[in-house]
Amino acid sequence: MERLLLSGNEAIALGAAHAGVKIAAAYPGTPSTEIMEAISRIPDIYGEWSSNEAVAVEVATGASYTGVRAMACMKHVGLNVAADAFMAAATTGVRGGLVIVSADDPGIHSSQNEQDSRNYARLGKVPCLEPSDSQEAYDFARAAFQISEEFDTPVLLRPTTRVCHSKSIVAPREKNPIGQNPEFRHDPGKLVMLPGAARMRWAKIIERLRQLSLYAETSGLNKIIVGKTDLGIVANGISYQYAREVFPGASFLKLGISYPLPEKLVRDFAGQVGRPLVIEELDGFIETELRAMGIAVTGKEFLPRTGEFSPDVIRDSAARAGIITGAKSKPAPASGLAKRPPLLCPGCPHAGFFFTLSSMGHRSTLPGKTQRTPKLTVCGDIGCYTLGAYPPLGVIDTCGCMGAGISHAAGMAQAGISEKPLAVIGDSTFMHSGINSLINAVYNQAKICVIILDNGTTAMTGHQGHPGSGVSVKGQSGNRVVIEDLVRGAGVKNVAIIDAFDLKTIRSALRQAMSSESLEVLIIRGECPTLARKKAKPLELSAQKCDDCGACLLIGCSAIMKTGNGKITIDPGACLGENCTLCLQLCARGAISAKEVSS
Amino acid sequence: MSGKDILIVGVGGQGVVLASNFLAEAALRAGYEVKKTDTLGMAQRGGSVVSHLRYAGSVASPLIPAGEADLLIAFEKLEAARWAHFLKPDGAAIVNDLAMPPLSVTLGTETYPSDQDLLDMLSAFSTNIRLVPATAAAANLGNPKMVNTVLLGYASRWLDIEPGILTSAIEAGLPEKLRKTNLAAFETGRDLAAGQFRQE
Ligand code: SF4
Ligand code: SF4
Repeated sequence: MERLLLSGNEAIALGAAHAGVKIAAAYPGTPSTEIMEAISRIPDIYGEWSSNEAVAVEVATGASYTGVRAMACMKHVGLNVAADAFMAAATTGVRGGLVIVSADDPGIHSSQNEQDSRNYARLGKVPCLEPSDSQEAYDFARAAFQISEEFDTPVLLRPTTRVCHSKSIVAPREKNPIGQNPEFRHDPGKLVMLPGAARMRWAKIIERLRQLSLYAETSGLNKIIVGKTDLGIVANGISYQYAREVFPGASFLKLGISYPLPEKLVRDFAGQVGRPLVIEELDGFIETELRAMGIAVTGKEFLPRTGEFSPDVIRDSAARAGIITGAKSKPAPASGLAKRPPLLCPGCPHAGFFFTLSSMGHRSTLPGKTQRTPKLTVCGDIGCYTLGAYPPLGVIDTCGCMGAGISHAAGMAQAGISEKPLAVIGDSTFMHSGINSLINAVYNQAKICVIILDNGTTAMTGHQGHPGSGVSVKGQSGNRVVIEDLVRGAGVKNVAIIDAFDLKTIRSALRQAMSSESLEVLIIRGECPTLARKKAKPLELSAQKCDDCGACLLIGCSAIMKTGNGKITIDPGACLGENCTLCLQLCARGAISAKEVSS
Repeated sequence: MSGKDILIVGVGGQGVVLASNFLAEAALRAGYEVKKTDTLGMAQRGGSVVSHLRYAGSVASPLIPAGEADLLIAFEKLEAARWAHFLKPDGAAIVNDLAMPPLSVTLGTETYPSDQDLLDMLSAFSTNIRLVPATAAAANLGNPKMVNTVLLGYASRWLDIEPGILTSAIEAGLPEKLRKTNLAAFETGRDLAAGQFRQE
């Protein structure tokens, strides 16, 4: 039998492909991104990077209405953006199977919060499936399409970071053919949600939920593993794997369907074990449901409600609660080590702009000098450029959710702050939802300065295409939406396009934009070097001319280092040379130069 | 089937994830159940990276509990200290002799521990510590980026996987033009370990 070593994300993609999915739409977001990337490598399936998650769900829903199987993928915060589209699909139901993947991020590895997507399943009264390893990611993705069609409902597939980004073995099964002959059937009573029709649908949804919980009673996705009966554990997703490791002999009810719950199955299980215990990451979602059924369970009174679980977390909590005794103590990590936060890459087109902002805003200070009071208010957004919040740049003052920066700035301006606020947003985020905020700012005459950092890609998640890059999910170039045209079309009069590696021009453009009385948009353009991979000769530093003042360190470029003896050096393996030259422009002593070209 | 719990750590961009993929693929080919997981955070941009790899007859959690790793393979010294508490008391730490000071150190707000401090910290967790000049060895072979195959070669002495299976997994995972030099790097790593290896 074929055995593949796949990540949970790759397994979801393969499971969907083998279920015969015809179209998939996504907006990249860690930990979900690789699902779409894996699908894009499978021929005959249409895949797209949509401009945001709501759009992705709408595209997939439309396809489902024509009878083919469709999928939309995102991360948990993406489901907030898509909430309206999700609820609409939950209401109309489907024709072809419709699966919505929302990957949660317990422990906030790469997100702005750690919300629990299962709450949306309850809100939309749709089933929620939770795989615990790659084999289940594959199997559950397949099952989700079938459940979707059988019960006329979208299905929420909820993996978590640790499932998405773990590799384990998958044995694939027989393939279904990819859906053909899409055809739309007119059915306004189902698809046109005017109040009259919507009222009828809603009654059907309540009945659907009842049917689904009956299905959950006997579905193979929920499993009982019989062991010792003094401890009975109800667990879902990755928590099941951790719990299995900590309590190898216990009895388990493993819930593959965590909503709606199979009441009879849980009641029977709880009745057979001494102490039913629910182990689930994030919210006490299952626990609350069970308590509402009058089943006495424990769980969150000793297991954490926040953060990622691990065998260690469960073992420590259980020891504290007296469920296990005699656990040996675990070594604690060494303390006081220098932290290593992520940084902008060497040659990053955002670095020069941030440095300029930092120097104008009093954020950057030479090593050993005391910090001055910051000036300028900078509203940030979600992407690589959020890293501008870390020292030595330290120039981001707000960061909430995709597209919020421009509206934050507008709000501050409308509230009447004395200084003109700045909003910094990347090109992909601008396409995602920044454009909405800009339109609002134009309409309401917000006196702000919007800086679009255009590196031509969605860099943070691994360089996906977007409407402004014109690069498709398969890497082919298609139509490109030109940002400056869009901005002008939205009614912005003052738009300047500036080279990201030209510090002087950036400074003067910023000065000018800050002092004007109107809405200004600066587009700072420069290619992301990790994408371009252009060869370039590294810059040279003259040890004679350099007095180790450290001014070049303020760019925050990891190719510039201070060695043990206080000497500044440039790592030739990392420097982007003439493609960047930011440090060269900064060095007052002219110690940094391009290498002589030897002929 | 015995199996191993291995933690591979380093700095974003050093090839930690690729190395753990090679090992995982080899363990699969050797017939084990395998689980591996990478915690990257936003570390694609030069942050701390850690990869957990477990192979055995049966594996539940992809995460290794603290104090239970058989092997710690560190691509950088400070990262070795950061993750050393995952080692078993008799687990082996294979540490690349390379210091990459974080920017906070360069800017003078934090300090990088001295070699002696690092050794002291590491020996609090295990008595089996090996400092390997892997970056230098890889540079000698013409490409400092091959530090990951040098370290894999070194570590191969501790694995219950045939070296032939390891090299075929490495070959399968690399483009044609990189294969020969990387196999040489793997052998270099094995040779570096040959003198010091003792089966615990
Ligand atoms: S990936 Fe590109 S945009 Fe992101 S930090 Fe690196 S260079 Fe900058
Ligand atoms: S030119 Fe200077 S700032 Fe740019 S990558 Fe090289 S060292 Fe870094």
